[in-house]
Amino acid sequence: MAKFSKKRGKANPEVSTASLPDIIFMLLFFFMVVTVLRDAELKLDVNTPYATELTKLEEKSLVNYLYIGKPKPKYQKLYGTSPRLQLGDKFSTIADIPIFLEKHKIKVPEARHGQITSSLRVDGEVTMGIVTDVKTKLRKSGQLKVNYSAKKDPDKK
Amino acid sequence: MAKKSTRDRMSNEINAGSMADIAFLLLIFFLVTTTIAEDKGITVKLPPWSEEEPDPTKLKKRNVFSVLVNAQDQLLVRGDPAPVEQLRERAKIFISNPYNAEDMAERPTKAIISLKNDRGTSYEAYLRVYNELKAAYRELWDELSQRKYGIPYSEEMPFAYKKEIRSEIPFVLSEAEPTAFGEE
Repeated sequence: MAKFSKKRGKANPEVSTASLPDIIFMLLFFFMVVTVLRDAELKLDVNTPYATELTKLEEKSLVNYLYIGKPKPKYQKLYGTSPRLQLGDKFSTIADIPIFLEKHKIKVPEARHGQITSSLRVDGEVTMGIVTDVKTKLRKSGQLKVNYSAKKDPDKK
Repeated sequence: MAKKSTRDRMSNEINAGSMADIAFLLLIFFLVTTTIAEDKGITVKLPPWSEEEPDPTKLKKRNVFSVLVNAQDQLLVRGDPAPVEQLRERAKIFISNPYNAEDMAERPTKAIISLKNDRGTSYEAYLRVYNELKAAYRELWDELSQRKYGIPYSEEMPFAYKKEIRSEIPFVLSEAEPTAFGEE
């Protein structure tokens, strides 16, 4: 008995926490790398459909986002339940698209204007009417590179 | 001398225990303000806007693969109702025309896929159809690439190869102005 208690008394009971910051920093860097800063609050319900032929959008600074979907429940009193367009962080109409594109364009160096992509984040249940109107406006504004945002189909490879 | 002894008694180490708290704070900040990037999608090149309507009479009927989607998300492929599952296979056969059928594309370069939808078509159905048609082309490119160069078609393959394949089977998908029968 005496032998046991002696050994215990000598051992240091504290776990070293010196490596804890390193572990947390590792997690921190992981999240910093895999995430993008959320630039605008989404006021619509957007559940993009599934697809298989996907391409990745490479440079975030060359992408502008157009959201189309039903307003979220807390905005339905004000904006109704029919699908709406959101540009940046506010509800917009089709007529606001050219200004929105121009505002994004001035942030991009002139040589790269041709590489600007519009990402259309559209809810699967929206009808094509509003989507077509948006597409027509984009064509009229000369923004022809478009990406229909979609999720990878988990059932198919 | 007395001063020196107090120095000796002081611990020389900086307490690293609070480092974890600082790092945690940063971690939580990033967790809250960020979303995991899911920036993927089907990239499309829209045609430039022109006021005049394109003249479809110049095209031979056998070279046009027409796909119509109505407001009930039903498909009409070359005049017959068809399920979306068959679309990819049919488009592939139409473009490559392996048996030189009379009513299919003369050459892959002449094949035109014409997609028309209604304003009441759901976006999900539209994208599914678009995806199938794009997949048909991708599979054809893949087959051609395997035959010619022995490697699968990908975005990373040499540019000259890609150009060669794309010129042999060009991606031609024309979208007509949608009809407006079924808008809500």
